[in-house]
Amino acid sequence: MNTEELQQIAAGVAEEKEKYDFEVDVCMGTSCLSQHSDRIRDALAKEAEACGKKCHVRRTGCMGPCAAGPMVVVEPAGTRYGHVHESDAKEMIESLGGEPVARLDPNLGSYFEGQHFVVLENVGHIDPEKVDDYIACGGYEALLKALTEMTPQTVIEQISKSGLRGRGGGGYLTGLKWDTVAKVKGAQKYVICNGDEGDPGAFMDRSVLESDPQRVIEGMAIAAYAIGASKGFIYVRAEYPLAVQRLTVALREARRRGFLGNAICETSFTFDIDIRLGAGAFVCGEETALIASIEGKRGTPRPRPPYPAVSGLWDDPTLINNVETFANVAPIIRHGGEWFSARGTARSKGTKVFALTGKIRRTGLVEVPMGMTLRQIIFDIGGGVPDGRKFKAVQTGGPSGGCLPEEHLDLSISYDALISAGSMMGSGGMIVMDDTSCMVSVARFFMEFCMTESCGKCVPCRAGTVQMFELLTKICKGEATHRDLDQLTELCEVVGATSLCGLGQTAPNPVLSTLRYFKHEYLAHIDEKRCPAGVCEFSPVAVEVHA
Amino acid sequence: MPLYAERPPLPSDDKRWRIVNGTMRKHGYSRNALIETLHTVQSSFGFLDMPAIKFVAQSLRVPLSQAYGVVTFYHFFSLKPPGKHTCTVCTGTACYIKGAEKLVAEAEKRLQIRTGQTTADDEVSLATVRCVGDCGRAPVVLFDGELSAQMDGQRLTAQLDAWRNQ
Repeated sequence: MNTEELQQIAAGVAEEKEKYDFEVDVCMGTSCLSQHSDRIRDALAKEAEACGKKCHVRRTGCMGPCAAGPMVVVEPAGTRYGHVHESDAKEMIESLGGEPVARLDPNLGSYFEGQHFVVLENVGHIDPEKVDDYIACGGYEALLKALTEMTPQTVIEQISKSGLRGRGGGGYLTGLKWDTVAKVKGAQKYVICNGDEGDPGAFMDRSVLESDPQRVIEGMAIAAYAIGASKGFIYVRAEYPLAVQRLTVALREARRRGFLGNAICETSFTFDIDIRLGAGAFVCGEETALIASIEGKRGTPRPRPPYPAVSGLWDDPTLINNVETFANVAPIIRHGGEWFSARGTARSKGTKVFALTGKIRRTGLVEVPMGMTLRQIIFDIGGGVPDGRKFKAVQTGGPSGGCLPEEHLDLSISYDALISAGSMMGSGGMIVMDDTSCMVSVARFFMEFCMTESCGKCVPCRAGTVQMFELLTKICKGEATHRDLDQLTELCEVVGATSLCGLGQTAPNPVLSTLRYFKHEYLAHIDEKRCPAGVCEFSPVAVEVHA
Repeated sequence: MPLYAERPPLPSDDKRWRIVNGTMRKHGYSRNALIETLHTVQSSFGFLDMPAIKFVAQSLRVPLSQAYGVVTFYHFFSLKPPGKHTCTVCTGTACYIKGAEKLVAEAEKRLQIRTGQTTADDEVSLATVRCVGDCGRAPVVLFDGELSAQMDGQRLTAQLDAWRNQ
């Protein structure tokens, strides 16, 4: 594969497009597909054929606003339709070239305003199972550029210059990580893509893998070139069957076009990728546990150092990055590190994809520049809290993160700002809660999650989470005293400070952050035996009746 | 078990064992194919029983203790056969905020079983899962693996009743 061939493929796709006057893109991500968007596509294709208009009905990946699904977009007008049903197909096709069907307007308001697409730039525009569609959008230009015009060192320089930080939650500088692995000597090195998106309430990685899998493969190949690896693994959750299927097709297509395998792009670079399925263990998102799982063992973490960069998969130097991190690599190489770092804050560059869920009007996937405020994301893009209820808190960072109250809504999103506010970036789940959510119950929910997901290797996490869960249950039942609250706070400190891996170290965060901002709710449960949100049910208390 | 014992024969002439063998062959009977192989067994048979685990362990030359340890470590693997139908309620954060707990309680009440159990007539198994990634349309329930979003108690019980009255 060389530049001319890439251009030829892109020209071929463009030529095919020229044949049609209209393009109808049907979202076939997990969410819309579960509402039978495949049948909608078939109905549209049938109608298109019947009416004789030059219309191309296509499958695309997730378009973002899941709550308005199934989504259909009509090009070139860019008309968006939401809540589409098979029976609407005829009307939609008939309206092509005229007035759009008004009753199918998804009412997205300002959902797309203020968003900036880097990772999601292709979604809705390409068929995830066609590598040529990806190439037509500039795909694999970056890999070709890296292999033919850049040395591994200059690739790493560009990544460092971009200021890209790990999107899985840790926020470690990607350039620095690559540089470390590149400098370690070893005959065999590995690249691993962490697609074990365990944070409940986050689905960015699923969406990227389903909608634009080639982008992740290209990012991994560039990383492999930079660090000198010849073998890669993508670790995906078994709960994401569609992502696994699309990825399998994507790998086959990439091999067919010669972007994986031997002598890639007529150079001496050799690289291939295998898929490994997760099996439902949250702890496997931790890098050493993930490595154990790929080796076919129980996914228990081990102490670091040695870091995987030095001794990882089968004790060889290993680079592990998150799906979204790899998805950022190709644009950085294509446009240069400075282009990427122009967006964002001083220490958090670029954009971040968030999964907006919970009590919010427009749920779905959004990509915004770092530095945007929570208020802009939740109220301008997400449309605020529905049903006339009041905003109470937003939870970020999954079970390792925290709940931020209203007074923090003007916080600019960045790794450091979120940590100093007592939460964390995490992988990008953003769950909005209204005044019907009891914060003590939420803390208890997360503690139950950590308790069941603890791998059991180290005592603080294994035993500590159980004790904290018991104490939180006691509070929720109105049976706790102030001593219990003190004990809970103390346990938070011990478990956080002494656990082996990230799971245990961050397990107290939901408790600590709710204690910090919603202590009055804890006190109401303890002192007044009352749940301010009306969620917790208390065992009846004996009340003295004066005769 | 001697170190270089022959690979064990297929446990029965059930064709599904050949699929399992195919997975192991694809990975060159390497030890690290354990989880992949167990996935194949579970997807072919619906669950993992002791003869299956023994067969996989011997074929890959993994100590039985390690194979059993792996099976019990990962939530995805099940040692019990599932019922004819499976109802899986997502209990991820977004679903929790939107009332997944109530759905679980409703299903438990309707089926008269606890989560993780199967009804006495082997018709319906009730399970929970930690997030299937359709959080935008929470709460989510999987009926026989098919995703149904924006679920409510009424639709849930209607489906459960439909299964049991078949």
